[in-house]
Amino acid sequence: MSFIAFLICFPFIVAALLFLTKNDTIRRVIVILSAIAITAVALIFSISGIVNNACLEYLEDTHTIDQIMIIGELAILLLIIITSLKYKKYFVILLAITQTSLIIWFEEFGYKSHEKIVHIFSDRFTNIMCLVIAVVGCMICVYALGYMKDYHKHHKEYVDRRPMFFTLLFVFLGAMFGLVFSNNLIWMYFFWEITSVCSYLLIGYTKTNIAINNSFKALWMNLLGGLGFAIAIVYLGFNHDIVSLQQLVASHGTLIAVSLLAFAGLTKSAQMPFSGWLLGAMVAPTPTSALLHSATMVNAGVYLLLRLSPLMEGNLAGIMVSLIGGFTFFATSMIAISQSDAKKVLAYSTISNLGLITACAGGGNAETTWAGILLLIFHAVSKSLLFQSVGAVENETGSRDIEDMHGLIVRYPHLAYIMLIGICGMFLAPFGMLISKWAALKAFIDTGNMILVLLIAFGSATTMFYWTKWLAKLISVSHRSKIHPDRTESTEWFSLISHAVLVVVLCLVFPFVSMGLVEPLVTEMFELDIPVIISKGNMIIMIIMLCMIIILPVAVRILTSKTRYKKEISYMGGINTGDDRGFVDSFGDHKDMYLSNWYMNDYFGEHKIFNISLWLSSGIIIILMVLTIGGAF
Amino acid sequence: MLEVILRGLVFIIAAPFVGGLLSGIDRKITARMQGRRGPSIFQSFYDVRKLLSKQVLIVNSLQHMLVWGFLIFVVFTGVLFFAGEDILLVIFSLTTAVMFMVMASYSVNSPFSAMGSQRELIQMMSYEPMLLISAVGFYMATGTFNIKGIMQANIPAIVYLPGVFAGFLYILTVKLGKSPFDLSNSHHAHQEMVKGITTEMSGSVFALIEIAHWYENVFLLGIVGLFIVSNQWWSWIIAGIVILITFFLEILIDNTSARVKWDVMLKTVWAITLVVGGINIFILDIIR
Repeated sequence: MSFIAFLICFPFIVAALLFLTKNDTIRRVIVILSAIAITAVALIFSISGIVNNACLEYLEDTHTIDQIMIIGELAILLLIIITSLKYKKYFVILLAITQTSLIIWFEEFGYKSHEKIVHIFSDRFTNIMCLVIAVVGCMICVYALGYMKDYHKHHKEYVDRRPMFFTLLFVFLGAMFGLVFSNNLIWMYFFWEITSVCSYLLIGYTKTNIAINNSFKALWMNLLGGLGFAIAIVYLGFNHDIVSLQQLVASHGTLIAVSLLAFAGLTKSAQMPFSGWLLGAMVAPTPTSALLHSATMVNAGVYLLLRLSPLMEGNLAGIMVSLIGGFTFFATSMIAISQSDAKKVLAYSTISNLGLITACAGGGNAETTWAGILLLIFHAVSKSLLFQSVGAVENETGSRDIEDMHGLIVRYPHLAYIMLIGICGMFLAPFGMLISKWAALKAFIDTGNMILVLLIAFGSATTMFYWTKWLAKLISVSHRSKIHPDRTESTEWFSLISHAVLVVVLCLVFPFVSMGLVEPLVTEMFELDIPVIISKGNMIIMIIMLCMIIILPVAVRILTSKTRYKKEISYMGGINTGDDRGFVDSFGDHKDMYLSNWYMNDYFGEHKIFNISLWLSSGIIIILMVLTIGGAF
Repeated sequence: MLEVILRGLVFIIAAPFVGGLLSGIDRKITARMQGRRGPSIFQSFYDVRKLLSKQVLIVNSLQHMLVWGFLIFVVFTGVLFFAGEDILLVIFSLTTAVMFMVMASYSVNSPFSAMGSQRELIQMMSYEPMLLISAVGFYMATGTFNIKGIMQANIPAIVYLPGVFAGFLYILTVKLGKSPFDLSNSHHAHQEMVKGITTEMSGSVFALIEIAHWYENVFLLGIVGLFIVSNQWWSWIIAGIVILITFFLEILIDNTSARVKWDVMLKTVWAITLVVGGINIFILDIIR
């Protein structure tokens, strides 16, 4: 228990300290030390939990904590009201007041549970989440130290509010720990709201107009999800005498509550109609994006969905979640093709990948859940790596456009290699796309969900397209390119390299992660022995393929050591002007050559797809929610 | 295990001969269709022998490594297929191979190569869904993704999968790089861009690509056969005949159609995938 209490409370204490720290050096020391402490505790706790197969439950007198939470909720409400009044966003106030009063009324005057319930618990899933949050989250905090220094060097126009920034990062981590360890739904809701507000404040960091607007977009969408959460809590308490997640998972016939909670999960994981807020989040400094996209915010959503997945097998809630997930996967991966802003591509790919996880959760059977959990782990690490490397490149070159990353492998070789590892980790390495295709396709065929089979088939093709062209851009080598001095901060390097190593190691030990961690977890969740999803032979083949990719550069070097090359400049119809950077145009003058990737804006542009997708997905959600609620009464 | 290794070895050794011969026959038939006499059917082997002896001109050394990656993964794809492994793994391996090719061609920073590799990517994006749906179809028809299992079905897969088979034939034209879908790597000299993706490849590097294409073609025709074979011995003969007919039809189409723009290709391929492939698996799901 002390470990859990430490993980939840310590980040909040650090946050308070950081709020008061104005000095750069002291902040650096505090952040690094506390990141080490949190990671160490999380590692000890999770690994011992996994090894001993411990499922811990804590039942305690929680009156004081409950009171503190009510005060906390009121404080959040107050914060929202004040800022919303300041920026004249009145509808947000309405949302916030409705749900907070609903919850407080329920806690104080409403229904009281007859049985004592477990407030905090921990099983394999919380251990996994705990590791992801601690390892990835803490490294992002360390990365932020160097990044934010550079950021304010480059962006003199923004007020330096770094104490606030680091405070929020740690509050976020604390809230995430709280969220995954909570069993009591009201507690979970409390931490859920903290993450919503934190992301709102982080997105609005620069206080420009666009940042403010996007932060409110994030706020209202997440509050809408929070409202669903609150209604679900009240509904469950009154109708089913359920106040905890474990009771809920063990129960049956709570379809309405499940779809309300799933709705909350969909908003938080930025699924289609609610994708706007995560796209808007990219106006914030990169560590914010890295944190929101990988270790924390969106993971909270899919965590809840995956927890609920045993309850979604073959019912309307499951259909809603898997349809929305599959649809989001396909639609956003198409839009990603038309984007050249690296952060935007990453944002769309996050939404798309989470769509796949969501679809897996909505599939509601053991195999898809297995795939979903694995995807969650790998996505968190690779995406965090990618955001950080894009941030580092942006600080170096002043641009985050993929077109400007042409030949990055010569100009900034180290950053380029890191980025290559990240991209390969996202989709090329055996797990990313392949295992999900495997498990999800098989499961959706078996359950006769052909629409999802089609969505996955098309979505994986479009996903492959936008990653490959980015990859190709990085390694495109121009003549006489020079290596540029790399001024990336040491803290950034630490985080980047650790992430890259983590990605590669995760690839190699993937069978053990699956067998030792995820399979037992899924067995536990579904209370049945899951069938073998990927046979040992196929696992070995996948590892062989991975090793082939790793060994290839060395092997070819040796194979071709005797080959005599003649280096030539590339072919331009014989009108190159000296090298491959320019040619002679029709007036006989020099013209610079510029090779662009294909974006096919007329087919895959945001303007073509985004709005239609919004309407379609809203339609799916509304119809299925109405059917669920109407049908159950 | 021994059997798997043996099958793999047979493929590695035999496929280039079969592939090279097929390529020679292709050129012969094409020539006859165009009223020419055409080269010997062994011409492809002579070409590669000559290429191997030529000086290697490269733009950068990255290129060579990536082309090796392409060859190795194509061979690996074929080995997995003929060893009877999982069909999803085979498709994944094939995708990886093509990605190596695209990157090899993009790394040279040349306008023709860049254009060719982007087109190759579009081609890959257009045929990938149908490839996956074929795998889905096999699974639904025979209950397994395992190729050895698919071959031992009582009833050949094509009985359940006529639509998927038609869709697969359509993407086969794209995959083989035949006109009207020879966008990235046309060998017809009248096109607006000839040999786009291999513009910067020469000498023994180019020979590697040729050899890889031989392997690839044998593997692709193998998938055509997979639709036909069952646990009856005579189904293999029919499969052989169907493969030959398919091969001839591809050559016929290649010589009788004009190249289309990439957007036409993408639209028609996706539409066909959705209509014949999609409807086929929907119906299969209902009657199952």
